[in-house]
Amino acid sequence: MTANQVAFLLVGGLAALGATGVVACGEKPVRSALCLVLNFFLLGVLYFMLGAELLGIIQVMVYAGAIMVLFLFVVMVLALQSQEAPRHKERRWPLAIVGAIALAATVASVIVTFDPSPFSQPVGDGYGKPQAIGAYLFTEYALPFEVASVLLLVGIVGSVLLARRNA
Amino acid sequence: MDVGHWLEGLGQSNPVALAAIRVVLLVLPILVLVPGLIWLERRLLSWMQDRIGPNRTGTVTFPSNFPLKFLAGKKVRTFGLLQPIADGVKLFLKEDVTPSAIDKLVYFLAPFLALFPAFALGATLPWASTGFMPFTSIPGPYSLLTPVANVEIGILYVLAISSLGAYGLVLAGYASNNKYSLMGGIRASAQLISYELGMGVSLACVALATGSLKMPDMVMQQEAALWGVAEHIQNWFVFTPWGLVSAIVFLICLVAETNRAPFDLPEAENELIAGYHTEYSSMKFAVFFMGEYAAMFLLSGVFAAVFLGGYNLVPVRWEHLADTYPAMAGFYGAMAKLNYWLGPLWFLGKCAGGVAFFIWLRATLPRLRYDQLMSLGWKTLLPLAVANFIVVALYIVFTSLYGPAGGWGAWGGATLVLVLLYLNIAAATRKGPLASPPRRIALVDGTEAPASLREREQVKT
Amino acid sequence: MGLVNDVPLQWFLALSLYMFVLGAIGVMVRRNPVVMFMCIELMLNAVNLTFLAFARYQPSGALASGDVPTAMAGQMMVIFVMAVAAAEVAVGLGIITAIFRLKNRADADDLGSLRG
Repeated sequence: MTANQVAFLLVGGLAALGATGVVACGEKPVRSALCLVLNFFLLGVLYFMLGAELLGIIQVMVYAGAIMVLFLFVVMVLALQSQEAPRHKERRWPLAIVGAIALAATVASVIVTFDPSPFSQPVGDGYGKPQAIGAYLFTEYALPFEVASVLLLVGIVGSVLLARRNA
Repeated sequence: MDVGHWLEGLGQSNPVALAAIRVVLLVLPILVLVPGLIWLERRLLSWMQDRIGPNRTGTVTFPSNFPLKFLAGKKVRTFGLLQPIADGVKLFLKEDVTPSAIDKLVYFLAPFLALFPAFALGATLPWASTGFMPFTSIPGPYSLLTPVANVEIGILYVLAISSLGAYGLVLAGYASNNKYSLMGGIRASAQLISYELGMGVSLACVALATGSLKMPDMVMQQEAALWGVAEHIQNWFVFTPWGLVSAIVFLICLVAETNRAPFDLPEAENELIAGYHTEYSSMKFAVFFMGEYAAMFLLSGVFAAVFLGGYNLVPVRWEHLADTYPAMAGFYGAMAKLNYWLGPLWFLGKCAGGVAFFIWLRATLPRLRYDQLMSLGWKTLLPLAVANFIVVALYIVFTSLYGPAGGWGAWGGATLVLVLLYLNIAAATRKGPLASPPRRIALVDGTEAPASLREREQVKT
Repeated sequence: MGLVNDVPLQWFLALSLYMFVLGAIGVMVRRNPVVMFMCIELMLNAVNLTFLAFARYQPSGALASGDVPTAMAGQMMVIFVMAVAAAEVAVGLGIITAIFRLKNRADADDLGSLRG
């Protein structure tokens, strides 16, 4: 086993642990969020390992730095205002497990029998660099980029409307 | 240089060791300097408030029969420089109170989550020149030592890591099982999210002007001629009009991001006891403070690198002067070498100056109210930064099309249009007289209620 | 250049599958809408990881035909997924807090009140 493989197992294993924690700690949303932060941060590290520098840092900045802080904020505000104890929860574990196993088995069968030999890694100099991504984002992907920005604007307006007290 | 050759050899034979040296050279000074910063804060603050401050610790009076004759009976003062060490010892020996009914794991994790980003911040920060040595085209030894990682995404890394700083505070507030702590944590999260935007956009202006996200590139760009015109003066971004706007926005966001006064709402002691660290005592408390000071120091460094010419002492292009005036070449050359070789010292000085500015703010300004904090961040800094971004973009486009004159023309025009737009919006949204007449409130005896009561009623509705 | 030259592509896919399946389980099992939302984010990120893994490990046919932009396509998709996720989180958390303000508790069943 090479050093890279060990590094992947370490980072990926911790990320998997974080993902497990998100579901396992569901009774305590803050811990759930914390596990998710760990997972997102390590995903950023994995993106770095995959050579996607810019996306790795955006992953940390957007997901770990902004989205998850927002999650924590909401969880804590809700915890502060909540007066009622949570109701007894019905469990849907059996259904979930069966569904998950079915899904996992379907995809895993593809992954296991997957022939990786035609897949090789391109080693372009600009791969994952901000310059390359920017160049594509503003030329070939200009239309989706604009659509995404409109979507974000709609998101802003929507959340402002939802947050207004006397809407 | 022997050191340079040795480092080069090390970089080729053992890159990991070189990386370790880089990390040590970054982290060790911070660790050593944090106590010094605490001393600086206490002394400077007391000086500004007309107090004396801690000036006794470390004063030694030698007995008259002391073996060394020149010390016998003398009093040696250190101006209280040992006070932080005494503080540290006190904190270390204090009882470590752990409240009951807390989320133990998160509670102990939080201080370290506050400390980690503070130290990781500096990884892309160049603390000395990464360019050529003066009058040569050989990269100097500093380029091997700093920054720790010269990645393409330099400045984004700073933003990403500083945004992770919120977790320590938020989780400390949550885990303490104390309403005041929780309020502090909530405030911290909202504040950090809000001010990150202004910070990001103001840095985007600089990235736009530099054409690179690498911080060493940003410093090198500032070594060009001022405004593209004044050849002997460096183009520190804070001297350019757009850079000044960016710098002001960035500086305010920096204060908010480090939770320093006047933005220290997460720990507002007269509202929330001590906010998120109410339930933390002894060393855990000290770790929070270490994180705060380290972040303050390193973010001052980021400000210095991005806006204040980094490791250059004064904005003078010594090499260019030496080339233009051969008569004075000796002096100018010596200054260029001084500027280069003592770069880390100048950078350290700028960082310390930044910290002194933080302390000055703390001594001067009262704490903001929460709504003032939010409206400053969202309604003033963010629009200002975005407007500045548009102006910079126009400036760059027109400079490339029509040279400096075209660039400054576009800059002036865009600024004028934006100011007019702002005045227009401000006039349209100014609060006019109330649309509906104030409600009449009759008291029990039939008379009209006093005006003060009516006003209170209006505020409520 | 690459830090992962000797890590098989399947490892990335396996991690991604694990995350996706866990996210799916979480959405089904958990009743707290905020946690459900987190699980959805987990699934989105699992897909992002797949995109980036495939962006890195190109079919060699694509390289031979000089179709280099396919290497960018994966990264572009990830950027757009992130933008969509950000918008979704802003609105979704807004809805959850609005419902909470109305009912003073947060449960997946309360989302039914969105029907009006």
